[in-house]
Amino acid sequence: MSQITPEVVAAHSITPDEYERVVSILGREPNITELGIFSVMWSEHCSYKSSRVHLKKLPTKSKLVVCGPGENAGIMDIGKDAEGNDWCIAFKIESHNHPSFIEPFQGAATGVGGILRDIFTMGARPIAVMDALRFGPLDDPEVGRRNRHIIEGVVSGIAHYGNCFGVPTVGGETTFEPSYNGNPLVNVFALGVFRKDQIFYGQATGTGNPVIYVGAKTGRDGIHGATMASDEFTEESKQKRPNVQVGDPFMEKLLLEACLEAMQTGAISGIQDMGAAGLTCSTCEMGSRAGTGIEIDLAMVPQRETGMTPYEIMLSESQERMLLVAFQGREQEVLDVFKKWGLDARIVGSVMDDGMMRVRNHGEIVAEIPSRPLADEAPLYNRPFTKPARNVPMDGPAVVSKDLLADLFTLAGSQDLCSKRWIWEQYDYMVRTNTLAGPGGDAAILRVKETGRSIAMSLDGNGRYCYLDPREGTKLMVAECCRNLACVGAEPIGATNNLNFGNPQKPEIMAQIVEAIEGMAEACEFFETPITGGNVSLYNETLGDAIFPSPVMGVVGLLQTQAPVGSGFVSAGRQVYVIGGLGEAEELRMGGTQYAKQVMGAMWGLPPQLDMDFEKRVHTAVRSMVLAGAVDSAHDISDGGLAWALAECAFPAGVGVAADLDSELKPELLLYHEGPSRVVVSTGDAAQVEALAAAQGVPAMRIGTTTDGTLAIRNRGAVLIETAVAPLKEKWATALETMLHDEIHA
Amino acid sequence: MKFGVVVFPGSNCDHDAWYATGTNLGQQAEFLWHSDTDLKGSDCVILPGGFSYGDYLRCGAIAKFSPILGAVKKFAADGGLVLGICNGFQILTESGLLPGALVRNRGLKFICKPVGLVAGTTRSAFTHAIPEGKKLMIPIAHGEGCYTADERVMDELEAEGRVAFRYTENPNGSLRDIAGVLNAQRNVMGMMPHPERATDPLMGSVDGLGVFQSLIQSFALHK
Repeated sequence: MSQITPEVVAAHSITPDEYERVVSILGREPNITELGIFSVMWSEHCSYKSSRVHLKKLPTKSKLVVCGPGENAGIMDIGKDAEGNDWCIAFKIESHNHPSFIEPFQGAATGVGGILRDIFTMGARPIAVMDALRFGPLDDPEVGRRNRHIIEGVVSGIAHYGNCFGVPTVGGETTFEPSYNGNPLVNVFALGVFRKDQIFYGQATGTGNPVIYVGAKTGRDGIHGATMASDEFTEESKQKRPNVQVGDPFMEKLLLEACLEAMQTGAISGIQDMGAAGLTCSTCEMGSRAGTGIEIDLAMVPQRETGMTPYEIMLSESQERMLLVAFQGREQEVLDVFKKWGLDARIVGSVMDDGMMRVRNHGEIVAEIPSRPLADEAPLYNRPFTKPARNVPMDGPAVVSKDLLADLFTLAGSQDLCSKRWIWEQYDYMVRTNTLAGPGGDAAILRVKETGRSIAMSLDGNGRYCYLDPREGTKLMVAECCRNLACVGAEPIGATNNLNFGNPQKPEIMAQIVEAIEGMAEACEFFETPITGGNVSLYNETLGDAIFPSPVMGVVGLLQTQAPVGSGFVSAGRQVYVIGGLGEAEELRMGGTQYAKQVMGAMWGLPPQLDMDFEKRVHTAVRSMVLAGAVDSAHDISDGGLAWALAECAFPAGVGVAADLDSELKPELLLYHEGPSRVVVSTGDAAQVEALAAAQGVPAMRIGTTTDGTLAIRNRGAVLIETAVAPLKEKWATALETMLHDEIHA
Repeated sequence: MKFGVVVFPGSNCDHDAWYATGTNLGQQAEFLWHSDTDLKGSDCVILPGGFSYGDYLRCGAIAKFSPILGAVKKFAADGGLVLGICNGFQILTESGLLPGALVRNRGLKFICKPVGLVAGTTRSAFTHAIPEGKKLMIPIAHGEGCYTADERVMDELEAEGRVAFRYTENPNGSLRDIAGVLNAQRNVMGMMPHPERATDPLMGSVDGLGVFQSLIQSFALHK
């Protein structure tokens, strides 16, 4: 067996202090298998050792939260069906950033696979997936070609996995910044539905109960994936391709059906998927949660390759595998279900009462570690932090437009704002026939056929805002998610977060993390969206350059199942209002806007100012309008400001608007500032809209009337914008494909 | 009328077909397991969409060897109604119940979107309740939906009025805009678009109802 030298310890990314701790837990030196096990469990990816002290600040409870952070996914109560059964949703977001850079297709595909298993391991059937994607610019003169290769691979990987598995991919968002050139972000959100009395947890209860392995055979793929995800990228990282796992969505679909069917037998006491850190993580976590131990013999583990060492088997991240505990004497019922679905299921061990994770190989003990210290007592770091990294000025260039209309066309053709249809048409967004509102709107809506209620969900993140001010940027992001839900009539009930940052050992990066988490805590508390789980992805740096601080939120809401209200104008001759008014703006707060980025090519100052109390009242007002049937459409104003929001309202049906504004603001700010707390609605019932806004004490500013195919915006009589909708829409609709298509001819 | 929906490992629109026929159309609907040979008294067998057996080798290529397909072939030979949707259409061409083949979309990408369709004939149990020339909006969701066959087969399909549906704007490169075809006996139909996804006003279109209503009416007439 290999000698444990300081070099071997360091190669496992374990610090000398951490090694001391390992020795004290074991009461002896670890062997190489044990060292490998500690290194993955105590990696940043599995242990959250740099973020945990701050994550505690997040609100995690409400009367609807059934299960908060710590399990495979968060669970919330969504009410009863007609027979009085309680129903729940399970949801979580998870990143697969590092693998997606190394091998975009498989990296993204297995990201989808991993989060789906987290959902159905709890007993829930996945009904929706959404993705937040970040790439480097497609037209970057140096690495644009690679960025185009990455987006093509990531999108087809997500499509491949989700489509075959049979879960609709119903939305998300995609933006581009140079800071993601060497470090794209792939954050996948999944949500499932089930009855409250059918929840399963990842616990190994009942001494003597058999432990069953089911699914794909264990191979050498993905060994040390979790440790890789906890390192910065260097030139050598591209050589780490064998570390990326390969996904098989067909196997996953069989696992889903077989697991849900096996759960119905009542013979399963606990179940957990093998994700990051594979067999290691599932055995020690299931034991730790139940206060028990698990003993397994690796000789029983189905293996894809011959001659695998215990080290390799324990650390393999082969996909599509589950570990479950059956009730003693009823294991055959479980094995029969897996046999029916043609899956390899094997009893590999049993539950012990001594709190140990004991791994044998043909009887011989190859690792013996107390479960709890391994799973739950990883070293925690309160890493030093200073002021958030920021390398842009407070004062920017004067915001002066040469041509306001040309600016609008620039926005339409920009990578961030253009139509993402090229992406989402590759996803089956309708399978299972629950998608009432799919990609392209403010929020997706999925009905739950069994209960007569629907789930609305929105993903959002804004790296630019967060770079300028991580705390305020994160609050704005929570606000926008909740605003998106209000636009479809949903009441937000809970959230999941993905915290994507650079190297936490740099104090100015750690400061970004702390500020963002504290901002998130404040906003989630205020908007009553407890965080029920999530993911932290650190070390998103390449050659020392960190990504923009990129927290991503997924917020989930509830509404009665009904025909959805869309974001687009429906017909001409309807009144158009901005609920929340025209907002306030100053040049200092233009520096993070799309206008600054796309038109001026600059970044400075601060993100827009948020008044959370006002914001919440706008949500309440808009939600009441949608639910009362008072509006034809509702769309929030965010990236690109008022002018861009009106353009987006015009695109779906080609119905324009003639808007007459009355504002002191200079035209550039009036049209393109991104102040929050504003929603564009169109209505045939002005009186009701005004009354519902007044009831919340928020302004309902009537700005004009919808028209046939012309977008016109005037301020105090001066024409600022006037264009036919069609050419603007054409630019918006084709921009992404044109940029990608150019590659073929390049 | 009783619809039997076959469940292959990897089927993922089985539930949608079952829900559409059972709930939205109020008929009897039952799942049929791929390794069984009993069609449980179905009046119409539906081969649903999805990725049967992972679509390894070729789409539908492994499903044709499944035990249930032997029963389906016999059922079809006896005049029973068989509807293949998406992967089900691919299985029907692979197993020789329908002519032609479905290959990678022009553009090589998976496409999910509502498309315009018109019935190519109203002279079938699957289309007779659909008004002639009416444009239907029904979603597609496939990567391999480009219908192809040799000229002789195509001419024969046209001459015999066996083109069940055509795309109004061809999304995938299918020859002669073909979205669905009938067998010579007109009791087996395959189509790439998903009519079961357009049977509920909440889902945005009810244009798929015509296929099922045609089946229900024609079954009632011939019972």
